[in-house]
Amino acid sequence: MGFGSVLKKRLIACLDVRDGKLAKSVKFVDTRDIGDPVEKARQYYEDGLDELVLYDITASSDNRSILLDVVERVAREIFIPFSVGGGIRSVDDATRLRMAGAEKVNVNTAAVKDPNLIAECARAIGNQSTILSMDVRRVEATESIPSGYEIVINGGRTPTGIDALEWAKRGEELGAGELVVNSIDADGTKEGYELRLTRMLADAVSIPVIASGGAGKPEHLYDVLTEGRADAALVASMVHFGEYTCRGLKEYLHNRGIEMRMRY
Amino acid sequence: MIVIVDYNAGNLRSVKRACDAVGVESTISPDPETVVRAERIVFPGVGAAPSAMETLRRTGLDRALREAFDKGTPILGICLGTQIVLDASEEGDQTCLGLIEGKTVRFDLQDPLLKIPHIGWNAVEIVRPHPLLEGTESGDDFYFVHSYYPSPESSSDVYAVTEYETPFCSALGRRNLFATQFHPEKSGRFGLRILERFARWDGSAGD
Repeated sequence: MGFGSVLKKRLIACLDVRDGKLAKSVKFVDTRDIGDPVEKARQYYEDGLDELVLYDITASSDNRSILLDVVERVAREIFIPFSVGGGIRSVDDATRLRMAGAEKVNVNTAAVKDPNLIAECARAIGNQSTILSMDVRRVEATESIPSGYEIVINGGRTPTGIDALEWAKRGEELGAGELVVNSIDADGTKEGYELRLTRMLADAVSIPVIASGGAGKPEHLYDVLTEGRADAALVASMVHFGEYTCRGLKEYLHNRGIEMRMRY
Repeated sequence: MIVIVDYNAGNLRSVKRACDAVGVESTISPDPETVVRAERIVFPGVGAAPSAMETLRRTGLDRALREAFDKGTPILGICLGTQIVLDASEEGDQTCLGLIEGKTVRFDLQDPLLKIPHIGWNAVEIVRPHPLLEGTESGDDFYFVHSYYPSPESSSDVYAVTEYETPFCSALGRRNLFATQFHPEKSGRFGLRILERFARWDGSAGD
């Protein structure tokens, strides 16, 4: 048939949500509100965003119903896939978010504490809806962390002694359908994604890898989608403050020869 | 009124929300009688063919869908729903509904850099016009999530193809049944347009 369509690389925007309001974390500690997540989601959707992540950074777990409400409102406004992460501790949490309208669910800290959660989520909501999100920091390579990258939890504060490469493979085996690789070292620096880490993990697993942390310029996205072998690039502050638009980033990547979804 | 078939396979509410967004009335129902009497049917689904077929048989929804198909009710299949309208699926070596001759097969990729599932946005090429594809152009991107794809026996049942190393059927149909491997409810405006057209479709393939 010689049609030659290809799977596009994805531009994903992450909205950090706290108590139902939008926040953008800087280095995982200082955060400030920048608006209404539903409005922002709608704006990005209209502007050609390929996928959205809502990341709940609400400190207490009492406010989960506020998050569910945000998820439901976002689901009524945008008709592209979106996932929810942050504080998901059980299959029930995952199922509720799915029912509220999230296409996919990100598990992170709770999965490190109980890896079975990945398998349970995959059974309950499907592999394609179960994303393993991992926060990773660079360390000296040792016998127990041979890759030189360690998994950290609780928003990057707690080291685990777990090797990131091993964890990625394990996550795939347990049934994760996609991997979000977030570099704690690069996060908030705007100096580019951790290319070596992203590529190492993308080469090690056969599920799609979403690169996260460090995007500050359009070329950073280009680099991680080529050299870093990521299937998708996640951005946050680059687009949140109006410095760049989703459309503009996609045009830039498209003009540099990366296959993107350009008509919508 | 569109009846969205509830057989415990995936997020049906996202289909309902998409119908709401384009102003089309819909209801989610697991009841075979409701499906048989429906004015139109959306048959969605995400998950595995064996458990889906098991549920359809146990609930009698398999017979209801066959009956609706035979009497000419417009039906829109989505993703897993599309795969199981064929005779059989390689997934669990499963006998399926057999509304259209053909088989659902697994991607067998040579390129180690290509991932399975095929997740993300990919384009369609329209190989045969269809009322539901009016306004859709070859090259338009839709959202896919799948490891298996439908392979109808007759090329006259294929309406669109997409390439993922190998070309595969991304939209198929016959008479009052039209079915997509991609997710119209997750494909932005291009996808919503197909749902809008489906809500007005008289069930004839137009050829």
